[in-house]
Amino acid sequence: METKGINTFEQLLEACNARGKRIWQIAQAYESEWCEVPVNKVRKCAMASLQAMKEAIRTGLQSTELSMSGMCGNDCAKLQKRFAERPAVFGKTFEKILTYALATSEENIRMGKIVACPTAGSCGIVPAVIIAIAEDFNISEERQVNALITAGEIGRIISAKVSLAGAVAGCQAECGAAAAMAAGAVTQLLGSPPKQVLNAVALALKNILGLTCDPVCGLVEVPCVKRNPFMAIIAMTACEMAMSGVESKIPVDEVVDAMDQTGQLMSPALKESSLGGLARTKTALELQKRLFG
Amino acid sequence: MKQTAIFDIISPIMIGPSSSHTAGAVRLGLLARNIYGETPKKVTFKLFNSYAQTGKGHGTEKGLLAGVLGLSVDDRRIKNIFDDEISKNIEYKFEYYEDFKKHPNSVDFVFENGRTMDIYGESVGAGEVVVRTIDGFSVKLSGKYNTLMIVYDDIPGMISKVTSLIQAKNINIASLHCDRYAKGEEASMCICIDGDLDNDVIEAVKKIDRVYFVSYIKKLEE
Repeated sequence: METKGINTFEQLLEACNARGKRIWQIAQAYESEWCEVPVNKVRKCAMASLQAMKEAIRTGLQSTELSMSGMCGNDCAKLQKRFAERPAVFGKTFEKILTYALATSEENIRMGKIVACPTAGSCGIVPAVIIAIAEDFNISEERQVNALITAGEIGRIISAKVSLAGAVAGCQAECGAAAAMAAGAVTQLLGSPPKQVLNAVALALKNILGLTCDPVCGLVEVPCVKRNPFMAIIAMTACEMAMSGVESKIPVDEVVDAMDQTGQLMSPALKESSLGGLARTKTALELQKRLFG
Repeated sequence: MKQTAIFDIISPIMIGPSSSHTAGAVRLGLLARNIYGETPKKVTFKLFNSYAQTGKGHGTEKGLLAGVLGLSVDDRRIKNIFDDEISKNIEYKFEYYEDFKKHPNSVDFVFENGRTMDIYGESVGAGEVVVRTIDGFSVKLSGKYNTLMIVYDDIPGMISKVTSLIQAKNINIASLHCDRYAKGEEASMCICIDGDLDNDVIEAVKKIDRVYFVSYIKKLEE
């Protein structure tokens, strides 16, 4: 199958409609062709990533070890303790999404093993929604792999226009891109057609535009770790709307253009340099002095 | 337009917390080790800019050492590498510098094991790395291709002699980069190839007159 040349969501949707395929089917064929490996190898790699994500969640849920800086690492335990005593207002699945995202991002900052998705700082978002929803809706691992490949394809197309790096486009391009990937992935996971998947992507992306990257002390900890569960919920909101037939007034490719332009207009002080925003608050500067002298 | 693959997005499986400062550091270490060709007895890591400033909080030093020792980005030993058995037989030290002419996330490896080699590399984002100089020669190695590196006298015909040996095996050259101190003096050539070179090609290159140094640098695992 000729899949080269798909570098916009519009082209992706056309390919899906013309061939009667889902996004993951087009994407795995593309990956197979581009990397010169058989499709089953592509799926095997995705399955390996999925298993590593599950392992990170399992390990992260059981740990309270702090990061080297001591700023983060024991918040997931607090959520679990409270949910055991008094359930979350939004129910069990909501609890899982929050704790899985936080468990993964805390595992990351204590030098545990995670899957960068798309980056290490945003590693908790895609796994949290795919794995929590799959558990609660009894969805097979093969279909979880389909969702993960969908997430990868969404990230790939965004990255064709915007580098997925905080230093280039701010946190929009890290946790924001992860929210869009997660939104599309979970919409696919729940069986929606490609058009709704791409609407979920657009809806999520529109709501993270301008997100700054201003890490305290230059570390992937504050606000990154706690941002992961927040972004997972944005992904779920986008998914619920898209599955109800809500459409983004601005087409998804144009939203990506807006994200690119917003990134360029953002001050370098707010793009991973730790020269502005949260990184320059009184408390952040005190922490920096204490940690690095 | 830059063409990427899905597995540039949902990977790598890695030890946290940072793709550029942790996984990138491991990959730079691995690539430098591949260039050197063996585990050095002694290594000095010169960390620059952000690597120097925030490296400790990101495990950058641990990553660099782990890479030089041949560990992959997802090896759980990275976290406690300084106490691990594997680092007992290597002498290492870290130095920290500010240099605005250098990339924000960059490192200079000085390897010693009888012979000394100086390798400078940068972590350019999302775990991707580029080695820019080897012993002062400008190169551009990303670890994505198997690469033949040659140091030789700058005389006419050298490129064609080397490339014809590669062509004879029907192997495609992805990129070719040459540099020299001055006309007629010592020069370097880096040839990135699709596929893999047999040892007999490397041995044949070594036999070319006025070739001084040949290194076959294996690509990094995805």
